[in-house]
Amino acid sequence: MSDDPRPSAFSASTPAGAAGRDDAIVLHELSHAFGDVHALRDVSLRVHAGELFGVIGPDGAGKTTLFRIVTSLVVPSQGSAQVLGLDPVQDFRALRRRLGYMPGRFALYTDLSVLENLTFYATVFGTTIEQGMRIIEPIWRQLAPFSDRRAGALSGGMKQKLALCCALVHAPDLLVLDEPTTGVDAVSRVEFWELLGRLRDGGLTILVSTPYMDEAGRCDRVALMQEGRVLAIETPAAMAASYPLPLFAVRGHDRLAMLAALRASPHAESVWPFGEVLHYTDTRREVQPGALAREIGELLTTRGVRDVEVQPIAANVEDVFMRMAQTPHVAPGQERAA
Amino acid sequence: MNAPPDKAPPASPHTASAPLADSAPLAIDARGLTRRFGDFTAVNAITFDVRQGEVFGFLGANGAGKTTAMRMLIGLLEPTEGSAIVAGVDVVHDADAVRRRIGYMSQRFSLYDDLTVQENIRLFGAIYGLSDARIAERSEVLLARIGLLESRKELVRRLPLGWRQQLAFSVALLHEPQVLFLDEPTGGVDPITRRVFWELIYETAAAGTTVLVTTHYLDEAEYCDRLTIMVDGSIAVAGSPGEVKRALGVTTLDEAFLHLTRPAAAT
Amino acid sequence: MSASQRRDTRSERRHDTRLDLGRLFASLRGLVVKETRHVLRDRQTLAILLLMPLVQVLLYGFAIRTDVRGVNVAVVDPTPDAVTRALVLRVDGSVRHDVLDVFPTSDPLEQQFAAGRIRQAIVLPTDVSRRIARAEPLAVQVITDGSDPNAGSAMASYAEAIVRRWYAESVVAERGPAALRGGGSAQIAVETRMRFNPTMESANLFVPGLIALVLTIVSAMMTAIAITREKELGTMEMLLVSPLRPATIIVGKVVPYAVLGIMNIGIVLGAARVVFDVPVRGSIPLLLAQCALYVVTTLALGIVISTGARTQRTAMLAALGGLLLPTIMLSGFIFPIDSLPTPLKAISNIVPARWFLVIVRGIMLKGSGMSVLWQETLVLFGLTTALLAVGIRRLSVRLD
Repeated sequence: MSDDPRPSAFSASTPAGAAGRDDAIVLHELSHAFGDVHALRDVSLRVHAGELFGVIGPDGAGKTTLFRIVTSLVVPSQGSAQVLGLDPVQDFRALRRRLGYMPGRFALYTDLSVLENLTFYATVFGTTIEQGMRIIEPIWRQLAPFSDRRAGALSGGMKQKLALCCALVHAPDLLVLDEPTTGVDAVSRVEFWELLGRLRDGGLTILVSTPYMDEAGRCDRVALMQEGRVLAIETPAAMAASYPLPLFAVRGHDRLAMLAALRASPHAESVWPFGEVLHYTDTRREVQPGALAREIGELLTTRGVRDVEVQPIAANVEDVFMRMAQTPHVAPGQERAA
Repeated sequence: MNAPPDKAPPASPHTASAPLADSAPLAIDARGLTRRFGDFTAVNAITFDVRQGEVFGFLGANGAGKTTAMRMLIGLLEPTEGSAIVAGVDVVHDADAVRRRIGYMSQRFSLYDDLTVQENIRLFGAIYGLSDARIAERSEVLLARIGLLESRKELVRRLPLGWRQQLAFSVALLHEPQVLFLDEPTGGVDPITRRVFWELIYETAAAGTTVLVTTHYLDEAEYCDRLTIMVDGSIAVAGSPGEVKRALGVTTLDEAFLHLTRPAAAT
Repeated sequence: MSASQRRDTRSERRHDTRLDLGRLFASLRGLVVKETRHVLRDRQTLAILLLMPLVQVLLYGFAIRTDVRGVNVAVVDPTPDAVTRALVLRVDGSVRHDVLDVFPTSDPLEQQFAAGRIRQAIVLPTDVSRRIARAEPLAVQVITDGSDPNAGSAMASYAEAIVRRWYAESVVAERGPAALRGGGSAQIAVETRMRFNPTMESANLFVPGLIALVLTIVSAMMTAIAITREKELGTMEMLLVSPLRPATIIVGKVVPYAVLGIMNIGIVLGAARVVFDVPVRGSIPLLLAQCALYVVTTLALGIVISTGARTQRTAMLAALGGLLLPTIMLSGFIFPIDSLPTPLKAISNIVPARWFLVIVRGIMLKGSGMSVLWQETLVLFGLTTALLAVGIRRLSVRLD
């Protein structure tokens, strides 16, 4: 995780639509509709070269459509895109040579072996496994023991790694991964993000989407998406810091009673279960957090909740997302400016 | 089972008010449940029980044997060895009776998206042999709870994903099963809908239905009364979230999961 | 190597067309190898594809055999004598025919056919013995009820064989064995006519139709299914973002099915030959070349279907309804083209199998060469080119 010193996509330093020297992807006011369904509405963003950029949002947020436009598979209804300095609509052939893409469902042939899948994609992209080994070696090392196994018989984590090898074998300049960790267990997800981090460190630009909010911290910058719109683009740290109201972690017995009591409070903006605690957002930003915490604790105790513990905490990306999703289409920056 | 209270007790609604004493009847009682496929042992002699009204988490990496175990419990797969009593019925000898007493919802398949809300409910009601009057009555209750009464004539595919999942959940409850199996019910859903969904699970459990749930979100595992983590076909650890974390000397279930499924990387 | 350096070496390589061609062949080979693996791994489907033609040959073959027995025949003989009586006896003595009547004129035939009393008639000219004795040309007509074309064509060829044998023996009896040498038997002209179904074009043996049928299933349907399968799997997305052109992807995918199709032609021809003794009268290389052309036709049909269908199910149904049924119904395989109602007759002209059937029947049954079949070949070629053009035009480089 790094605090990105470069200007954010919304900065006014470069005119909208023109690619800066370091921009691998520039999207300008993209919209796309399938019939009367608006998959994307007015999406603008920049991905810097060498960046691990995450697009985070639930199913139906428009992530896949966005990625298909970037990879030249879909022509947007409106707006423009530049990827690696090329126009995905006009220069799609040149672009496709330099792209690595992993579609939402792992695009593997289940009746072919691990090695056969990789060999096939190497030939498709006009290279050989030997030439690609420099890039894929760290991943391939884990797959090699299973090279004769049919891809259909692999575990989810292994399928994911094989699909990554297949997308990387031709040494692309930009790697686009559509929900690579969906449906994969927590361990494999952690390992996968470590792999992506190493690839980024090697200079590769990576655009990745995920529905898991807790994976945001693995990215250099993230865009939050919901219902076809970009809610915010920031570094994870800046995004968390943008949470405008006091936030508390609340523990105690029992959860349902606490939920009811806190939601009934006139000062509650939101109360959500968060793992073993509740996250409580108070509307009074002028009151000292310590004082608020004491007040909340007393409120719960009087309602009969035992072992109450209330701590002021920093928000995470999931808190930010939930707040934005509830007050839709308002970016945190706009709100602060208001 | 009754852990002494500690500094960070699990925030479970049930252990606090203690309706789940050891005397509560068992909804699931699995003894030495084993399934082999050829030389491969997918599930290796797992023994656990779930009490009536509990929310029980079933965790494990992909391929750890969760799905196989669940299929044996709902009578879709015969155990190679061992036994299991689910909702008072032996799954080996009377799989049909088990299926009548349980509800099942999976992320992959639950509803026909080219049928309307009402048509789906009527179909599944008919499948479970409910009378028309009973179907009407139950669907009124269930749809009102998730706020879908107005949309009963909508095609399911036109509903947002979050609503579809809540509807699937309601349909699984239509015939008032004693035990509800949820296989990754919240995959891909946005964080708010995910939490609303868990509140539904709680209400259901509070009304006496036992819930067994698998998930890839480890924060959701914290919402369970008790859980097991499976590794390579065996149960590696079981207990309340607090007990599991204490037993492994970790502070979050994330760490517990990593510790068990990737020992080399755990610190 | 930095990203920009990599880019430079790439653009240099791009200008080297020889390398590009080499890479194209490497990609094609990769595609073919992979597709062949799919075919070989799916044992059940492969077994069905290879056994199906054999089963079809046996089914159709036996269906024909059982039908041609106890055929009622009338003979028209204006000037009966010993020579013509020999023919009547010979026909009546064959296992397949029974002579019901001998008429002096052909007038009653119409009514006899219509009443279903006879299924075949042999019409002799006047003064048969004199013509034979003087070595004058002898024109004999064999009229056959062609409402069942398969049985009809078999009946016609059996009757023709009997007439020819009878003529040869009569010539020997009248003028000695030497008369047969030097083309003596050419003095007989046996004209076979189909009633209800008058042209010999539809004189139908099942093998040509079967080849068309089997190729429609293997090449067209399997190609369409194999391509849509990749769409369902999501692998088509990966292939589309690769540098490969869609046409390359398609060519690589269809090659194994072309090979399977050609193997199936071999199976049908071989089985027909071994089990039912169906000969190929014309040139075998020409027959194979025409079959190869038709394989390309069916592959193009499969490609056209796959460009429209999103799922394997749609592709399958489109192939069944859009290809298989016309191949069976509108090609002359089951129903003679001439017996079709006019609108269907018009439609049959764009059914490739219709032209393929004429070609294969010509080569196999009549021994025709290109001098006779060039028109049909040209039509088939034109249809194939048009289908390929449509297929390639509709191949999208994108998903939407």
